Amino acid sequence: MSAAGPAAAAGTTAPAGGPRAGRDVYRDLLVELMATDARLVCLDSDTGLFSGVDFGPASDRYVNLGIAEQNLMGVAAGLARSGRIPMVNTMATFASTRALEAVKVDIAFNDLPVRIVATHGGLAAGHLGPTHHALEDLAIMRTLPNMTVVAPADADACARLFRQALELPGPVYLRLGRAATPDLAATLATADVPDAPPVRLGRVQPLRTGGDVVLAACGPYPVLAALDAADELARRGIGATVLNVHTIRPLDVETLDAAVRATGRPVVVTVEEHWPSGGLGSAVAEALAERRPTRVLRVAVPDGFVAVAGDQRYLLERAGVTAAAVVDRAVAALR
Amino acid sequence: MPPREPLAVAEPAELPEPPEPPESAERPELPESAALGDRPAFAEAEVAQVAEAAVDLAAVAVRVRELIVGMCASADGGHLGGSMSLVEILVTLYHEVLRIDPTRPQAPDRDVLLLSKGHGAIALYAVLATRGYFPVEWLDRYAAPGGPFLAHPNRAVPGVEMPTGSLGHGLALGVGHALAARLDGSDRRCVVVLGDGELQEGSVWEAAMAAGSLGLDRLTAVIDRNGLQLGDGTEDVIMLEPLADRWRAFGWTVREVDGHDRGALRAALTEPGAGRPVAVIARTVKGRGLPYVEGQVRSHFARLGETQRGRALRAVRRGIR
Repeated sequence: MSAAGPAAAAGTTAPAGGPRAGRDVYRDLLVELMATDARLVCLDSDTGLFSGVDFGPASDRYVNLGIAEQNLMGVAAGLARSGRIPMVNTMATFASTRALEAVKVDIAFNDLPVRIVATHGGLAAGHLGPTHHALEDLAIMRTLPNMTVVAPADADACARLFRQALELPGPVYLRLGRAATPDLAATLATADVPDAPPVRLGRVQPLRTGGDVVLAACGPYPVLAALDAADELARRGIGATVLNVHTIRPLDVETLDAAVRATGRPVVVTVEEHWPSGGLGSAVAEALAERRPTRVLRVAVPDGFVAVAGDQRYLLERAGVTAAAVVDRAVAALR
Repeated sequence: MPPREPLAVAEPAELPEPPEPPESAERPELPESAALGDRPAFAEAEVAQVAEAAVDLAAVAVRVRELIVGMCASADGGHLGGSMSLVEILVTLYHEVLRIDPTRPQAPDRDVLLLSKGHGAIALYAVLATRGYFPVEWLDRYAAPGGPFLAHPNRAVPGVEMPTGSLGHGLALGVGHALAARLDGSDRRCVVVLGDGELQEGSVWEAAMAAGSLGLDRLTAVIDRNGLQLGDGTEDVIMLEPLADRWRAFGWTVREVDGHDRGALRAALTEPGAGRPVAVIARTVKGRGLPYVEGQVRSHFARLGETQRGRALRAVRRGIR
C-alpha cells in the first residue's frame, strides 16, 4: 500500500462553514472513482447516502438491495468472486452483528475484496439509540481472519484510507460516522503541532511526541480527546506521545511498541468510541503483553447501553470518553 | 411393521486402508491442505475418457450413489438421505446442463453452481469426480484428517466454487454472480441448489426478493423438495407450502418437476427464464435408492458399518425401481 497522492484530497474540500462528514466525502470520492474504475460496484441497503447522486455511465453499478443486510453481504461476495470490487453500504451495527455470519462465511472465509463501508460507527447515531449504536463492531470485525479494520479520525482520512484500502486484495471494514466531525489537520494547526505524517493504512500515525506516556486513540473524538489530554498533561509537566491508531487490524505493533519504549515508562492510555472489551484497548493490550509487561488503561464507553438522548459528542462526554478521563488515567498510572 | 434397522452404528465402521491415488505425472496431487485456490485438473485425455464413460447417465447416477454410500461408510459418516435425493439434480446439471470444462475449472465464462444445501457435499464431490474434476479414488480420503474433503463444500476441492453449508447463504451468492454476469454482458448462468428445509432461513427470501426485483434471468434456484429436514417433515416443522406460489410471489418463474426424472429436470433447467429468475421445485425422495430408508427422517445422517455398506451398495446397484 502506498501513501495517497495529491488526488486523494479530491472531495475533501471543506465548504465554507466547516468540515464535512466523512461519509459524504467517501460518497463523493466513490462516485468519482466509479466513473473510471469499472471494477467498482456500489451496493446500497437503503441508507439514503446516495439519494440524488448521479452515477452517470456507472449507474448500472449502483444497486440498492433494500433493507436486507445478510443478502447484501452475500451478493457482495458473489460479485467479488466474479471479479468485481463491491462497496457494501450499511450502518456499522448491522454490518457487524446482523449480517455477521455472511461477513464471516461469504466474505472473510473467501478472502474477497469486499469493502464494507459502515456508517454510524460508535455513538454517531446519537439519539437514534442503542439499536443503532455500534460499540462492538471493532471487536467483532478484528476477530475475523483476512479482515482489515479501519477507523479514520476525520473526513480527510476517510478519503485517503478508503482510497488506499481499495488496493487491498482482501476484505476491509471501514468505520465511518454520521455527522461531520472536526478536521484533524485544522486542529493540529491550531495547536501549533508540527505536521503529522500523512495517514497510511496499516501504520500508526504519530500526531505528537512526548517523553512520559503514550496515548493511543482511534476515531474522531477519541483522537481529539487524546490531543487535548496531551495539552493538559503538558501543562502539568508530563510529556505525552499521541498516536492515531486508525488501523485496528492489522495493528502496527512495531510503531506502538517503539513509542512506548521511547518513553521509558511501560504505560499506555487507549481512547476509543467502543465498549471496553475487544476494541482498540484490547488490541493494544494483547499486542503489548506479548512483548513486555505494560500497563494499558482503557478509556472507552462503559460496559452498558447508552439509552439517553443526545448527539454523538454529548453521549461521548456523558460516557466519559473525554480528555479529562485520559488525563486522570495517565496521571494515576504515572504517579 | 418391521423393526427399524438403526443406520448409525455406535463404533466407527471398519474401513479398508484407502488405496493410494494412482501415480501419474498428469494427475493432480490430492491437496493435503485446505488452502484455497485453483487446483490443476485432469489432463484432457483423461477427461475425454471420463466423458465417454459417462454417456450412460443412469449408470453415472448409480455410480454417484455408490460413492455416496462409500463416504457414509467413513469413520465420520455422512449426510446420506439429502445427498441421495440430490443425485439426479446434480448429475443432470453437471453432465448435461452447465457450460463447464473440468480441465479449466476457473474458466471465466463458465456457469457456476453453488450448493447452498452444503450438507449435500458428498453428492457434489461424487458428481465432480464422475465429471472429471479429479480422480474418483480421491473420494476414498473423504473426511481423512488433513485432506480437503470436508462434510460441507470446500474450495480446495477442484470444481467447488464457494464454501457453503451454513444454510441460507447460497442464493445471495448466486444473486451476486448473476449480477456480475449481467454487468459483464455475459450469458453465463448461476445455478443455486437449495434444500427445502433451508428455505426456513430468512436470508433465502431476502435474496429471492432481490433476484425477482432485479429480474436476474440467468439465475436458477433448484429446490431439492424431499419434504424432510433433520428432525421431521418440513411441513411439520415450519410449513413451506404453497411453495410454488411463494416463489411466484417473489417474481420468479416456477417449474415443478420430478427431481429424479433427468429428462424433466433437463427441460426445466434449460428453458430460459424470460426476464425472471427461475425456481425449479424438484420433488425428490430423501434417501432415494435405498428402499429401506426412502422418505424417512432417519436417513438424514448415517455412519454405515460394513454390513450396512454392503447392503446399501447392493440396493443402489439394483437401481431405482
